[in-house]
Amino acid sequence: MAKAEFDVPELHEYVDVPELVEGTMAHLSPYVAKPDHNTPLGFPGELVDDWHDKVLEKLDDLRSRYRSLQVYLDACVKCGACTDKCHYYLSTKDPKNMPVGRQDLLRKVYRRYNTFAGKYFPWLVGAKDLTRETLDEWYSYYHQCSQCRRCSVFCPYGIDTAEISMAAREILDSVGYGQKYCNEIIAKVHEKGNNLGLPGPAILDTLEGLEEDVFDETGVAVKYPLDVKGAEILLVTPSADFFAEPHVDGLIGYGKVFHEAGVSWTMSTTASEAGNFGMFIGSYENMRRVALRIRQAALELGVKRIVFGECGHAWRVAYAFLNTLAGPFDFLDPRYPVPQHICEYTYDLIQQGKLRFDKSANDDMTLTFHDSCNVARATRMGDKPGGQFDIPRAVIKAVCNNYVDMDHETIGERTFCCGGGGGLLTDDLMEIRVKGALPRMTALQNVIKDEGVTHMAAICAICKSQFTKVLPYYGMEMDQIVSVHQLVSNAIILTGQNSDEEDADSDDEADGEA
Amino acid sequence: MSTVYALLFIVATAVLVIGLATKIAQYARTPAPLKIPTTPAPVTQTGVVMRMFREVVFFESLFKSTKWTWIFGWLFHMALFVVLLRHLRYFMDPVWLPIELIQPFGVYAGFAMLAGLGGLLIRRIFVDRVRYISAPSDYLWLLLLIIIGISGLMMKFVAHTDIVMVKQFFTGLMGFSIGTLPIDFTLLVHLALVALLMILFPFSKLLHAPGIFFSPTRNQVDNPREKRHLADWAKAMEE
Repeated sequence: MAKAEFDVPELHEYVDVPELVEGTMAHLSPYVAKPDHNTPLGFPGELVDDWHDKVLEKLDDLRSRYRSLQVYLDACVKCGACTDKCHYYLSTKDPKNMPVGRQDLLRKVYRRYNTFAGKYFPWLVGAKDLTRETLDEWYSYYHQCSQCRRCSVFCPYGIDTAEISMAAREILDSVGYGQKYCNEIIAKVHEKGNNLGLPGPAILDTLEGLEEDVFDETGVAVKYPLDVKGAEILLVTPSADFFAEPHVDGLIGYGKVFHEAGVSWTMSTTASEAGNFGMFIGSYENMRRVALRIRQAALELGVKRIVFGECGHAWRVAYAFLNTLAGPFDFLDPRYPVPQHICEYTYDLIQQGKLRFDKSANDDMTLTFHDSCNVARATRMGDKPGGQFDIPRAVIKAVCNNYVDMDHETIGERTFCCGGGGGLLTDDLMEIRVKGALPRMTALQNVIKDEGVTHMAAICAICKSQFTKVLPYYGMEMDQIVSVHQLVSNAIILTGQNSDEEDADSDDEADGEA
Repeated sequence: MSTVYALLFIVATAVLVIGLATKIAQYARTPAPLKIPTTPAPVTQTGVVMRMFREVVFFESLFKSTKWTWIFGWLFHMALFVVLLRHLRYFMDPVWLPIELIQPFGVYAGFAMLAGLGGLLIRRIFVDRVRYISAPSDYLWLLLLIIIGISGLMMKFVAHTDIVMVKQFFTGLMGFSIGTLPIDFTLLVHLALVALLMILFPFSKLLHAPGIFFSPTRNQVDNPREKRHLADWAKAMEE
C-alpha cells in the first residue's frame, strides 16, 4: 500500500451513491502556470488586472463560437440524472464534483450577466456575481474534471460537462490563470514535438535499443524507424511509449505487427507525440497548432497512411478532430480511413489471417479490458458504432486464452474514467486521482476475486500511467496494467524467429537503419 | 377583466413566439466547430433522426440514468402532450376528429400529469443531491405546473366553468376580436398561470425543449473521418 496524505477510499463490493458533504475537495487546486508556460501558448503570463471584464468577454466570445456551450448553459433543468454518474463525486462526496454542480459554477455567472432572470432576480435562479473567489473555485473544480463524458451519456439533453470544463479552462487561460501541468506540456510540444520534451537523438537512441532487445529475444530484426522518408505508414504514438512501462511494450508490439505485415513504416521526430493537451484546455488554436505538426510530418515524410498508437484522448483528437483541424488529407491513400487506430490496423490483419499467434504465451495472465473514456464515448473504430469496444476486445481475444469483462455497468459507454484523464495526470492532483479511481478499482477487484483476473489491459497512455501510480494505493500491483499491443507482442509469431535465428538476412537488417 | 386577459394572452403569445424564435435563431446561428457526438453514435443522418426521436419521445438517456426520474418525467411530459392536444378543441371549430377522439384520455392524462409532477417535486425535496442543485425557480416551476393542472381538473370535476363561452373567447381572440370570459376564479387562475408560463418560457430552463434539438452530442452524425467538418470561424484561420 502506497503512502498517502489523504484517506484512500476502501474497496467494497459496490460503490454506493454517497450522501453529499460540501467542500470536501475545495482545498485541492493544481499548480498555477507561470509566465514561461503561458506566453508560448498565446495567453497572458499571469492573472490580468481587468480579469473581471475579460472573463465575461471571453464567455461571450465562446458562447458565440460554440453551440454546445450556449445550449448547455441554457438547457439544464436540474433533473439530477447526472448527479451520481461522476467518479469524482462518488468518491469525494463533494457536490461540486457532481456534473451539474460543476457546470453550475459557470452557469451561475452566465445567468447573472447574460439572462433576464439572473440580471433582475438572481436569488430566484441561483445566479451569482463573478468574484475573485469564483475564479479560484473554477480553477479548483474545473481541474477536478477528467472530461470523460460519462455524464453526457445519461443527460436527457446530452449536456457534456467536458464542454463546460474546457470552456472554463479556456476562460481561465485567457486571463492568465492557467494550469501549469497542461500549459507546460503544450509549450514543450510546440517547441520539441512531444509532451515530454524528448529531443530527436534521445528517441533515436531508445528505438535502437528496442531493436536490439527484440533481436536478442526473437532473433528477428524488427525495425523501429524514425524519420524515414517514403515510408508507407506514419505511426503517431504517445511519447510515453518511448520509455515508460507498460507503454513501451505496446510500442514493441506495434513494430512486430508492422514487421509481419511487411509494410514500411516510420515515426517522426516532429510528430513524436500523439497526445494533444490543447483539447484539455479547450483551446482550438493550440489544439490546431499541435495537430498541424502531424500533417506537416506526413507531408515531409511522404507517407500514404497515418496510424495512431494506443492513447485515449489522442484518439479522440485524431479520430474526431484531425480532419477538421489539419485536413483535408487528400494527399494520403484514399483506400484507408485517416487516421487509423493501431487496433483497427492489427484487427484487419487478424481478419485477413496475416498474423500468427501463440496464445499460450499469455497463459500466465487472465485479462480484462478497461475502456478508456475518450475512446469509448468520443470515437469509433471500424465502420460500425461500438467498434471501439469490439475491436480491442477482439484483438485481445485473438492473442489471449483467458479474458473476462468487468461489470457491464462499468464498461462500454458506461466505462468509468481511470481518474487521471483530462489534464489531471500530475502529482499535485494525486488526491483526486486516487479517489477518482475508486469505481474502476472496485470493478477490477471484483473480477480479480471472482474470475481470477490478474491483469487489466488498456489502450491509453494516461490510463496506463495513472493505473501504474494508483493501483498500489488500492493494494494491487503496479504491473497489473498492461498494453493491448504488449499482449500482441507476447503472442505474435514472427516469421523466422527462434529456431530460425541463423536466418541469413537478420544480421544485415539489424545493422540497417540507424 | 376579459379585456385584461385578452391583452395578456396576446402579449404572452407574442413573447413566447418571438422569444423562442430568437433563441432558436441564436442556437442555429452558433456554429458547432468540432464533431462531439456522444458515441456510440449513428453514422448516418437517418440514424441521427432515429436517435433524436428516441430521445424526445422515450427520453432514452434519462431511462439509462435513473428509473424514478424517468418514470415521473416521462409521465409528466407525455401526459402534458395529451392534455395540450385535448385543449386544441377550444381553438378550432369544427373540432378535428382525432382531437375529438382523445378527449376522454385527456382527462386521465390530467391526473397522470399531476402524478408525474408530484413525483418530481418529492424527488427534488427529498433526494439530497437534487435538493442541492435546486434553485427557488426549480420548485416554483413545478408548483406552477401543479396549480395549472389542479385548476384545470377542478373545472372538470368540481366547479364547471362555461366552457362554450371560453371557447368563443379564444376562437374570437385568434381573429383579434375581444369577447367575454366567464368570471370564474378557477378559470382566471388557470389562464393567468398559463400566460405566465408562456411569458417565462423563452427566459428559463424550459429552453431545454428547443435546446435538445441543437445538442451536438445528440444531433451530430459520427462521420468525422469521412467528411470534413469545419466552422466558418475555424476556416478563417486557414486563410
